[in-house]
Amino acid sequence: MLMQPMKSHQTVSRRGVVQGLGGLILAVALPGTAHAQSGAAQVLKGDGGAVAAIAPNAFVRIASDDIVTVLVKHIEFGQGPWTGLATLVAEELDADWSQMRAEHAPANSDLYKNFAFGMQGTGGSTAIANSFEQMRTVGATARAMLLTAAASAWNVPVGELTVDRGTIRHASSKREGRFGQFAEAAAKLPVPAKVPLKDPSAFTLIGRDDGSVKKLDSAAKSNGTAQFTIDIREPDMLTVVVARPPRFGGKVASLDAKEALAQPGVVDVKQISSGVAVYAQGTYQAMQGRSRLKITWDDSAAEKRSSDQLIEEYRALARKPGLVARQHGNVEAALKLADKALEAEYVFPYLAHAPMEPLDGFLRWDGNTAVARFGSQLQTGDHHAIAKVLGLPPERVQVETMLAGGSFGRRAQATMHLAVELAEAAKAIGPNRPMKLVWTREDDIHGGYYRPLFVHRLRGGIRDGRITAWSNTLVGQSFLRGSPFEKMIKDGIDATSVEGSKEIPYQVADFRCDLHTTDVSIPTLWWRSVGHTHTGYAVECFIDELLEATGQDPVSGRLALMDKAPRAAGVLRAVADLAGWKGPGPTNGRARGVAVVESFNTYVAQIAEVSDGGREGPRVHKVWCAVDCGIAVNPDVIRAQMEGGIGYGLGHVLFAEVSLDEGRPVQSNFDGYRSLRIHEMPEVEVRIVQSGEKPTGVGEPGVPPIGPAVANAMARLGLQRPRRLPIVRAVS
Amino acid sequence: MTFQLSVNGRSHAVDVDPSTPLLWVLRDTIGLTGTKFGCGIAQCGACTVFLDGKPLRSCALPVSAVGSQSVITIEGLSGREAEAVQRAWVARDVPQCGYCQSGQVMSAVALLTEVKKPSDRDIDLAMTGNICRCATYVRIRAAIHDAAKSLEG
Ligand code: FES
Ligand code: FES
Repeated sequence: MLMQPMKSHQTVSRRGVVQGLGGLILAVALPGTAHAQSGAAQVLKGDGGAVAAIAPNAFVRIASDDIVTVLVKHIEFGQGPWTGLATLVAEELDADWSQMRAEHAPANSDLYKNFAFGMQGTGGSTAIANSFEQMRTVGATARAMLLTAAASAWNVPVGELTVDRGTIRHASSKREGRFGQFAEAAAKLPVPAKVPLKDPSAFTLIGRDDGSVKKLDSAAKSNGTAQFTIDIREPDMLTVVVARPPRFGGKVASLDAKEALAQPGVVDVKQISSGVAVYAQGTYQAMQGRSRLKITWDDSAAEKRSSDQLIEEYRALARKPGLVARQHGNVEAALKLADKALEAEYVFPYLAHAPMEPLDGFLRWDGNTAVARFGSQLQTGDHHAIAKVLGLPPERVQVETMLAGGSFGRRAQATMHLAVELAEAAKAIGPNRPMKLVWTREDDIHGGYYRPLFVHRLRGGIRDGRITAWSNTLVGQSFLRGSPFEKMIKDGIDATSVEGSKEIPYQVADFRCDLHTTDVSIPTLWWRSVGHTHTGYAVECFIDELLEATGQDPVSGRLALMDKAPRAAGVLRAVADLAGWKGPGPTNGRARGVAVVESFNTYVAQIAEVSDGGREGPRVHKVWCAVDCGIAVNPDVIRAQMEGGIGYGLGHVLFAEVSLDEGRPVQSNFDGYRSLRIHEMPEVEVRIVQSGEKPTGVGEPGVPPIGPAVANAMARLGLQRPRRLPIVRAVS
Repeated sequence: MTFQLSVNGRSHAVDVDPSTPLLWVLRDTIGLTGTKFGCGIAQCGACTVFLDGKPLRSCALPVSAVGSQSVITIEGLSGREAEAVQRAWVARDVPQCGYCQSGQVMSAVALLTEVKKPSDRDIDLAMTGNICRCATYVRIRAAIHDAAKSLEG
């Protein structure tokens, strides 16, 4: 997702201690003071921002049975925030890892805002960065209160107490106790105004890499007990599927629901703004009912262009100068003076996120209050959207965040369209009909909100064996335009379109990056690593091509241009070392390609070893990866995210495309929208570069380098760097 | 129509349309939600269950075709292989979002029941029908090897 992390300046402005459920529970509430900092937040908080305070307004609960539960404000859909935030609390609390648990915090934008957004939400790989100090402060505060309670119970000076792995000790009197026995007394104490945080050199859980800090959700996710939205079952619950227009922007012209309503189990059919909702007793009956609807669609306002047509239009635009995102020197003059000028065009298709669990949501509404449960990624926005549709004040709407089967950006909707559809479906049939809205895979792949189609045109100049000019013209849609996040567009430039192209880690004397933002009514959205999904490929392929043209090595040639990018250079050196880099090859039919991309303040370099698989496309055998994400909170989660990012990135670069035929998406399920499978997954080796910098995210940054690393290896195999993705289309 | 199903060793009488895929009978009618829906067209493996001990995509099997064959879902998984696989899954922290993992675990257990010491190629063949959008494949492979090792002797 987008949204650059902003500074998280937090002080403890309000504290509360509440007695919670089931006995002795200490809850410490530590809301930050960061105010709405982004345009998005201002818009979303425009209607007063009064959000219900939902007890127990807390980040941590310590129960009499010693269990420490961290309430995690970021949604867990695989990137590890439950484990990460619990690690931060446990570190300062000096808890034992085995006593730690995590659950989702309720929706509450004051208490649980993401400091990077100014409202509650997850994305932009911000979870650890934004919670690093906050959750440590929570842990340290709870620790201080437990110690005070223990000191007074034992009648000893608090300064003589120590805590180790969940046990409080007073050495000279040989007394010891567990957190649980002091939780009740601690809950009655005033909250200390200021608590010291550990010096990083004293960390025992943060950065621990001996396998003892296991993820908190692995067991439930290995035995089928983890509860996702699609698993919600309630008495009298209806299941809803929606027939949506086959073309984006289409509207229902006429509807005949007779046959659908005659289907067994179908309860009702209603028109809502996104299409026609079918309500049934079960999922299959709802799908069967939907297939019997007779709808004629009015496509007069719909988008009817095909992908090929859009690409031709974009290519023509790329020949004209766009709005300048950044420039220095005089690139046109430098290109004229060059001994050699290179030009390359790269075409990136629309991509669906296709999270394993398609979109879904549960809503119960009695006309007066509502409870929504789903994998909400922007809780504040979803909360307000539901309240608005149902005509309720936000404090009468509760949003509970569920585990979600992946997102990759899909659940963070600028338009909150899922929350709106859910609430509209409820409203259309009337109160007291609890319902679960389910999207099928076809709904998902046809559903839009794609990574936008982009065309890049790059021109580079070489003079005296040096790269002297770099020009990058981008053409594509902005998903911020027309959304509540529109204020983030500055001087006509959507930063998420040009991130990664506007600033490159290489020093080139004459530089320009310009942008054409197109008007196409295909809904688009941030997709795992956002602009870097295309800029990383274009920039890293083109620099490699220029280095090849000047006879330079891909690693040392890059490094020679990276004086002003020390951390990017650091990961490049690290990955070259890890892979035992001796040049790109090919050796024994295998070549190696390199790429390095910074995204979300995390630096990742990858080397891919590739052979030519003929019509099957390139075969990627092994990927070496070095990452610098500041202080490594959970090294194994970082490795997992690099592995997953590489697999996700590779699958899309190789196989994935949503193409449009006169505006209609052609692919509809995993047969056409091909996903990476286990036999296509390379071996992966990850090195985490030691760093004392503040931690940054890892959910997205593993994605961008893999595509260009593979393309650059292909070039060394005598194949071309694929100019149009996906690669397998280019090869066949 | 009423069908008599044997699921996880228990008998269930379900009254559903004969064309209803077993997946939805398990999830919506019987309430066993560990088996997941990912595609509905036998492409992703999220809905994998055992039918008379063999792994099968329950989204593509109409309930009318089940007959007296026994159905085992992730909730009813038991035995040495199952324990070894689930232990290895947790030890390697395989799951990310976790949504595909019921299906992955079912396929892995089926593989180890069949092949005691699977090669990488065996793993490719047995697991290629299970998509993981989070791409946890490196760990799935490692965990299967771990589980096989733990079952030796
Ligand atoms: S849901 Fe059955 S294979 Fe995908
Ligand atoms: S763990 Fe997310 S799809 Fe496999």
